[in-house]
Amino acid sequence: MTKQTDTDRRSFLKASIAAGGALVFGIGLPMRSKAAERFNLPVEPAVDFKPNAFIKIAKDGRVTVVVGQAEMGQGVLTSLPMIVADELEVEWANVSYESGPADKAFFNPAMGMQGTGGSSSVKGFFNPLRKASAQVREMLIAAAAASWNVSADVCRAENGKVINTVSGKSIVYGELLEAAAKIMPSDKPKLKDPKDFKYIGKPIKRLDSPAKVNGSAVYGIDVRVPGMLYATILRSPVIGGTVKTVDDTAAKAVKGVTHVVPLGYGVGVIADNFVNARKGRTALKVTWDDGPMAAVSSETIMRSFSDAADNKKGLQATKVGDIAAGKAAAAKSIDAVYWAPFLAHATMEPMNFTADVRADGAEVWGGVQAQMLVQGTVAKVAGVPVDKVKVNTTMLGGGFGRRFEMDYVVDATLLSKAAGKPVKVVWTREDDMQNDVYRPGTYNKMSAGIDGAGKPVFWHHRVVNDAIMARAGKAFGFILKDDQLDDSSYEGAHNLPYNFTNYQCDWVRVDTGVPVGFWRSVGSSHTGFSTECFLDELAATAGKDPLAYRLSLLEPGSRFAGVLKLAAEKAGWGTKLPAGSGRGIAVAESFGSYVAHVAEVTVGADGKVKVDRVVCAADCGQIVNPDTVTAQMESSVVYGLTAALYGEITIKDGRVVQKNFTDYKMLRMNEMPKFEMHILPSTEKHGGVGEPGTPPIAPAVVNAIFAATGKRVRSLPVKAADLARKA
Amino acid sequence: MTKLSVNRKQYETSADPSTLLLWVLRDELGLTGTKFGCGIAQCGSCTVHVDGEARRSCVTPVSAVVGKEVTTIEGLSPDSSHPLQKAWIETDAPQCGYCQSGQIMAAAVLLKNKPQPTDADIDQAMTGIICRCGTYNRIRSAIKLAAKNGGK
Repeated sequence: MTKQTDTDRRSFLKASIAAGGALVFGIGLPMRSKAAERFNLPVEPAVDFKPNAFIKIAKDGRVTVVVGQAEMGQGVLTSLPMIVADELEVEWANVSYESGPADKAFFNPAMGMQGTGGSSSVKGFFNPLRKASAQVREMLIAAAAASWNVSADVCRAENGKVINTVSGKSIVYGELLEAAAKIMPSDKPKLKDPKDFKYIGKPIKRLDSPAKVNGSAVYGIDVRVPGMLYATILRSPVIGGTVKTVDDTAAKAVKGVTHVVPLGYGVGVIADNFVNARKGRTALKVTWDDGPMAAVSSETIMRSFSDAADNKKGLQATKVGDIAAGKAAAAKSIDAVYWAPFLAHATMEPMNFTADVRADGAEVWGGVQAQMLVQGTVAKVAGVPVDKVKVNTTMLGGGFGRRFEMDYVVDATLLSKAAGKPVKVVWTREDDMQNDVYRPGTYNKMSAGIDGAGKPVFWHHRVVNDAIMARAGKAFGFILKDDQLDDSSYEGAHNLPYNFTNYQCDWVRVDTGVPVGFWRSVGSSHTGFSTECFLDELAATAGKDPLAYRLSLLEPGSRFAGVLKLAAEKAGWGTKLPAGSGRGIAVAESFGSYVAHVAEVTVGADGKVKVDRVVCAADCGQIVNPDTVTAQMESSVVYGLTAALYGEITIKDGRVVQKNFTDYKMLRMNEMPKFEMHILPSTEKHGGVGEPGTPPIAPAVVNAIFAATGKRVRSLPVKAADLARKA
Repeated sequence: MTKLSVNRKQYETSADPSTLLLWVLRDELGLTGTKFGCGIAQCGSCTVHVDGEARRSCVTPVSAVVGKEVTTIEGLSPDSSHPLQKAWIETDAPQCGYCQSGQIMAAAVLLKNKPQPTDADIDQAMTGIICRCGTYNRIRSAIKLAAKNGGK
């Protein structure tokens, strides 16, 4: 027993994120039905009504923006409130956020579901939030105008007040709530002229930083529910294996262990705390039915990929011109195989989830990227109606695509149901590393040729890997057919911007049995590497400068050319570097943003690669928070760099070999390159920012290694032994 | 019963003395600002101070801190006023934020020992703490900013 501290209660209250409790906009029924229809609002008691799903205004003028998107570091709890604050005309200091529940009101239009992924939050919510905020602003103005008995045309809103421009009088929003509530929102509110934006486009400090520097931010793993038990699950060491026999005698004898629950895919151990749950797990005696994956290892996977690349036709993702004709016309041809390994997400916060399943419903807590999928999953597993499942989204200690999965949600739901109490399941780092859904290992068979002038006359890329959507699609009711393309497996390889006359991209699907999923920048995470390195090879074959060669194949004035030129100029492309160092360039589009990196590397005599400097140029279209763009590009670079230098998941006899940060290494402070960010001003529509920095970093580094050493890396991660200079 | 002093408050725990400090802090005392990342002292998310020195609470048994003062992120300052916390906010260092408690606690020991750290000092003190969001450059800037502002 420990003495009760007030921290217990405090943590719990913070975990109950949806509790709200502020004075909110009181609104009459006519508005409610109108707004409910327009915003797909959930049915909730009139007393808790708000003008729309996103905005609450309190009598003291404080504005709470309800964000249905998940905060996993990308800054969405700041960027979406910025949009509201600007169009609603309120002071930033009076704006705060609240995480929204699972509800169709928070459907992300850019995703077709309530989901945080695909770098789509600003893309999806920019226009809806502006409109919703402008509607509320106009309602407040109309209410003030009525009170002054003047036309709304002579009133304007500023800093949380409505100002009568004739009399100079003003009324704060807090005093207008009741009157505004009776006003019908306009279908077509007048939006601000972008030149008048106060926050959008400006570097605004994150709203969530203060809670992240004093330990008060609540992540899934921090959730504390009264009466909660703690659980851990022993899983099959072989992918897809199932429990054959369980001897839980010793486990049940461990002090504090309350339940041992066979789950088929594993055995759950529930206890009064996590330490005892883990002791119970260690004491379990379980035999497994390994299933078919026991015969699978990295070597067999590689063989099946290379066989498929050579012998399986696959599906055509792109066909322009005719490869055979191009080959016939080629003065020189090159062939290469590029390998990008399976990768784990390795979020800093291991998977965990808390569920309280009762007979009539359930409440759950955790860091998730798709709240409504969670709601549906919990309902199904718990056997309760969907509308009786309350989902509380906490902070995410990293997402990167991993928290789109439902496995850890199912764990907690099953165990809470079995125990009849709230249960928090926590995965160990080893559980997390070995039971991930991995970035697909990808085998690329590539060939290309040039004419006498060095111009490409054909480009043929065969991408061989697993289909992400074959498994992941099922969660949202999508069934991938055998003869159907899954662009998440090859995106970036089939839509190259270069002027290729004969261009073919085939996708050859191989079902390895290794579970694969969405990993930061998805298909582009590996196609950026294979295509931009192979293009570099083509440039070298043609005897051309890599930058000049790319520009010669791009439409002048294109966004690709724009970022390439900017990155090159800022990096001092063409200037000399010391011996042993080199500079490489690469560009890629993903999620509607165009990013080029120039990397400078130094390769030691021992072959060890040090990345000294990364210069990034990005065209993300219109942007909301340039500081967030910079932070996300830098973050994407580190994520991609970590993978390029260290990341590799291997399989032995159906088991994932890597366990922890000792054998799945991360880039650390002492290896961090200088990073320079250049944002290309743009009026194009919003692109993403959370992922597009990742695809071009591995090829920029590999191309720089080539510049430094003359050695071409075609298999990731980069291995020092391949680059060591012979003594 | 094992007696603990955490953030200058006295606690008694019935946990086995071999129990790792991290879990007593988090699950018993409710001090969840200290994070679990790897369990093997590889990532540093669990970094706390024991008598002013940085320790990995995920591998430190509670028996090892008896009679010593443990400080967690919650106790670094009463009101987020530590120069490092201010600098972290000023530079917007956190992204997902999960590792930042450990980062700040490690940096606090660095600044205490070296009020004006060099880049090499920062590398040495901070290389043990992984940030998966890659906020290293901002952490470096924040440490320098705090140093400039006389942080200890």
